[in-house]
Amino acid sequence: MCELCQDLIDPKETKLAEVLAGYAGRKGALIPVLQKAQEIYGYLPADVLRRIGRGLKIPVARVYGVATFYAQFRLTPMGQNVLRVCLGTACHVRGGAKVLETIEQELGVKDGGTTEDQRFTLEIVACIGACGLAPTMMINDQVYGRLAPDKVAGILAQYE
Amino acid sequence: MKTMKTLLDPCCGRCTHTPETPCRDYVRCQTEGPLCHDDPACRMERERLLRELKTEVGSQKQAVLFCTGTGCASSGSNKLIEIMDAEIKKAGLDVSVSTRPTGCHGFCEQGPIVIIEPAKTFYTRVKAEDIPEIVAKDLVGGERVEHLLYVDPTTGQAATTYANAPFYAKQHRIVLHNCGHINPERIEDYFAQDGYRGFAHALQDMKPDEVIEEVKRSGLRGRGGAGFPTGLKWGLCRQSAGDKKYIICNADEGDPGAFMDRSVLEGDPHSVLEGMMIAAYAIGADEGYIYCRAEYPLAIKRLEIAIKQAEEVGLLGDNILASGFNFRIYIKAGAGAFVCGEETALIASIEGKRGMPKVRPPFPAQQGLWGKPTNNNNVETYSNVPHIFRHGADWYAGFGTEKSKGTKIFALTGKVNNTGLVEVPMGMSLREIIFDIGGGILGGKKFKAVQIGGPSGGCLPESLLDLPVDYDTLVQAGAMVGSGGLVVLDETTCMVDIARYFLNFTQKESCGKCTPCREGTKRMLEILVRITNGEGKEEDIETLEKLAGVVKSTSLCGLGQTAPNPVLATLKYFRHEYEAHIRDKQCPAHACSALLTYTIDEEKCKKCGLCAKNCPVKCITGDKNTPYRIDASACIKCGTCMEKCKFGAVVRA
Amino acid sequence: MEWLTLTIDGRTVSVPKGTTVLQACRMNNIPIPTLCHDPELTATGSCRLCIVDIEGMRNLPPSCVTQATQGMVVRTQTEKVRDARKTILELLVANHPLDCMTCQKMGSCDLAKYAYEYQVTGEAFAGGERRHLPIDDSNPFILRDPNKCILCGKCIRACEEVQGRGVLDFSHRGFNTQVGPAFDLPYAESECVFCGSCVSVCPVGALTEKQMAGQGRPWEVKKVQTTCPFCGTGCNFDLNVKDGKVIGVTSNPEAPVNGRALCVKGRFGMDMIHSPNRLTTPLIKKDGEFVEASWDEALSLVAEKLGEIKAQYGADSIAALSSARCTNEENYLMQKFMRAVIGSNNVDHCART
Repeated sequence: MCELCQDLIDPKETKLAEVLAGYAGRKGALIPVLQKAQEIYGYLPADVLRRIGRGLKIPVARVYGVATFYAQFRLTPMGQNVLRVCLGTACHVRGGAKVLETIEQELGVKDGGTTEDQRFTLEIVACIGACGLAPTMMINDQVYGRLAPDKVAGILAQYE
Repeated sequence: MKTMKTLLDPCCGRCTHTPETPCRDYVRCQTEGPLCHDDPACRMERERLLRELKTEVGSQKQAVLFCTGTGCASSGSNKLIEIMDAEIKKAGLDVSVSTRPTGCHGFCEQGPIVIIEPAKTFYTRVKAEDIPEIVAKDLVGGERVEHLLYVDPTTGQAATTYANAPFYAKQHRIVLHNCGHINPERIEDYFAQDGYRGFAHALQDMKPDEVIEEVKRSGLRGRGGAGFPTGLKWGLCRQSAGDKKYIICNADEGDPGAFMDRSVLEGDPHSVLEGMMIAAYAIGADEGYIYCRAEYPLAIKRLEIAIKQAEEVGLLGDNILASGFNFRIYIKAGAGAFVCGEETALIASIEGKRGMPKVRPPFPAQQGLWGKPTNNNNVETYSNVPHIFRHGADWYAGFGTEKSKGTKIFALTGKVNNTGLVEVPMGMSLREIIFDIGGGILGGKKFKAVQIGGPSGGCLPESLLDLPVDYDTLVQAGAMVGSGGLVVLDETTCMVDIARYFLNFTQKESCGKCTPCREGTKRMLEILVRITNGEGKEEDIETLEKLAGVVKSTSLCGLGQTAPNPVLATLKYFRHEYEAHIRDKQCPAHACSALLTYTIDEEKCKKCGLCAKNCPVKCITGDKNTPYRIDASACIKCGTCMEKCKFGAVVRA
Repeated sequence: MEWLTLTIDGRTVSVPKGTTVLQACRMNNIPIPTLCHDPELTATGSCRLCIVDIEGMRNLPPSCVTQATQGMVVRTQTEKVRDARKTILELLVANHPLDCMTCQKMGSCDLAKYAYEYQVTGEAFAGGERRHLPIDDSNPFILRDPNKCILCGKCIRACEEVQGRGVLDFSHRGFNTQVGPAFDLPYAESECVFCGSCVSVCPVGALTEKQMAGQGRPWEVKKVQTTCPFCGTGCNFDLNVKDGKVIGVTSNPEAPVNGRALCVKGRFGMDMIHSPNRLTTPLIKKDGEFVEASWDEALSLVAEKLGEIKAQYGADSIAALSSARCTNEENYLMQKFMRAVIGSNNVDHCART
């Protein structure tokens, strides 16, 4: 392949092809492949789902069915930071809803929404297992506990 | 002779153990070795390393333990270790003091938690600026840093060691024994605590049927919800014909308000692997899967490390400990669906399908993963197993009640002073757990109810606080042990709102396969929302009860069959709250905002205007001469005025 | 074969081992309502309408996936069972449009049939949330109204298990579950080939034959079993005839070759029957123009010409080409005519190549 053509190849596509090759013929590959594809693309575009279906020899309707069943999978682009507000039982009884309200106001989005500047995607989750620190939230992999509405703005400001 | 750097190194050239040339005594050799030869030098090396790992009373070295579980890590405990390492070096203590990252202590509320071994000094809410003081005062000076000690909120007394903090004093930690004490990322720490001894014993001294018999005798029941006898389950899977069998560990801990599995996975991952290995040997399986929530990245990381280490020393792989037994474990990250806690849905998910439950029978023990006989237990169940084989079934059956043996971990949360993980013998009363261990209700409020067992469980009132907590008693009372969430509710919690909360959860998590769960939970939720909004109708309670009965008796899987429990239990014990919402349009707990009215008490009002200034919808009018008034038609009942008023002049009714 | 004896509604019945409770009931003419069950498809036990009371079982198990066992005591019509079935129907109807007057399925709708039997009016849970999904009117063959779908999943299984296509599946979950092609696309933009198997198994009006819309009710229609003229496979189906006019085709489960399976041509290619472009009389070319003629006139002309050719050039100068679309009887007659009357073995047909 000439150098010019090389530039035309999308590195993400190459990665996806590698993932698909690695799982070829393996049982139960669909969910891990979707997880890896989402890591590569940040979400699961329709074309990627079609390619995964072809690659794993699974009807695309089933790929779509699985992708829409699990909460982890996103079919639309996500913000740079994923903010997960916990509304588990412990957080619920310790004022999680008020924290959520504040975050919604700060960001101007609701559950599942992404801010216009693409900085945050807001998700409500059932429990992140940090109940001792309720109310809690998670930004990317970082857990924030013992939240109160007035602490929210300061934490959000730390994220570009 | 070369000295051993870690416990895993061979003591001398006479040790031949590798995964390819396994030695049957490898595990026992870790703590009692060398066994194949007699050499005082080799023995001394092993003992030296063991002492370092255990830092027991009388040992020369001190260890500073930092909790790095999710709770404490979120409060910055990993950074604290770096600072401590630097401070120790600065003070020239690096020969006699070591630091150790550990798993969760279960007292996340008080994190970051730091423990000094062997003295067992227990420091809570430690900040970076406290580290030099700990070094100077405690490690060098041998004195406790008083202001970092945990003070019991009820007695006002400081606990000198973790063992005498009331939170821990009444607990009996079997499964959580290593959590918070060993480094979960080092298999040698686990070996030092007699790790894998139970597995080696089962593998080498017992036939598979004897292993199953031992588990049956221990009385262990599944810790994931329904409490099915574990030995019986293993036996069914062993009896199923099949050339290939699987072991699954359900680590999809999805109950909102439960995090014991997370703590065990993060704090003592090898105990889960050991339990799975014993089960695999008993059943005749050679492959195991751990299905772990993707929301638990740290747990997945530590499991990956633990599996790799077990493979490197030959405890996973082929011909384990020269026994001919082969076993491998793989991790599957869940993708976010609560229903995958149901075993047939979990299996569908591992197979790469939508996590929709299948009709049983056939049970997974007959036809499970890829149609092969499969045994599925949850994290806590598996991590109980090594202890049964280390200490014997009789020892284990010595804990608990007649039909519920051993201990159970509860996640004590909500409106209680001490929140965290609590491991107690089965049969302890709710009162002891909430008031003795939990230290009573937060802020001196009045206890109203305790929610047990998550979305499948129920709420129990004060009159049932003396019930012993075991599988059968709780079911009779309309709740269940479930995964072990214990959420304490006080007088400010509305019980209709709690029922609505759980229904909202199960309704969202319904897979949609069967009609009663998909459509029925939706209609139940709509009714509950209506009631909490003050739009309830007289016949709503009857409709709720009818729907609850049908959803319970006709749904396909456990999720639907138990989804109505929070509604039924609150209707049973707190029916008057439903009636107050429907008939009087009042929320007795003053929690349902649609049913609240805010007014300003003219006598108490000092006309400062703070309420009007902060009102988000500007519905408060008044000035220095006119009394402040809230326009009820515009008020959104956010309660800001009440929070801001310094004179208690805003009244909520 | 091993036989089991069980008691259903007080009657002692014997069934072979491996029979489900539903099969045992149906073998003995004990009615059980079902929506997601289909004897030709995998049982999923999802609609829960076929629940029964079985002694010793905790809940109300679905009969379609419960194996009959020796000594089992089953009750199919207790108050608890009937109440639960009624509630399940109420739940389905609460999320189903009540436009039965214009629904093509009226008269053959299973949901309506059971709603009638259990007196479900649609008043329960009125005012609750309902699905509002776009109707798929993207193609000339199948009209898909996802709002009428009761999520029984039979169409998915028919597409996957009978046709081996897998064009359809469930998507989303819980109350928001839908059935359809990938990305919730309309059929026309999916990989669907319009065999219509999904239509043939749909118990409600979610999937209907578009060309039959407004053309006739099941009770007005005479079903005439016939063989498909499109190819040589020999599929059978029912022509739906109203007032002497074919309004459409439906599967006949008894069809010996194909069962309910059909292809797009067989199921939806009937418009030629009443096409104005169809020839209804023979045409004879006179002076370069085709002119209508009577059958006698036309047949005489053909006989005359064939006779002339045979006399002048011999029988072997004549060959006959027949069609795979003709019936066996027609093709038999054609070759018989060639061999016995014309005296030629030059016989062939269009599907041979």
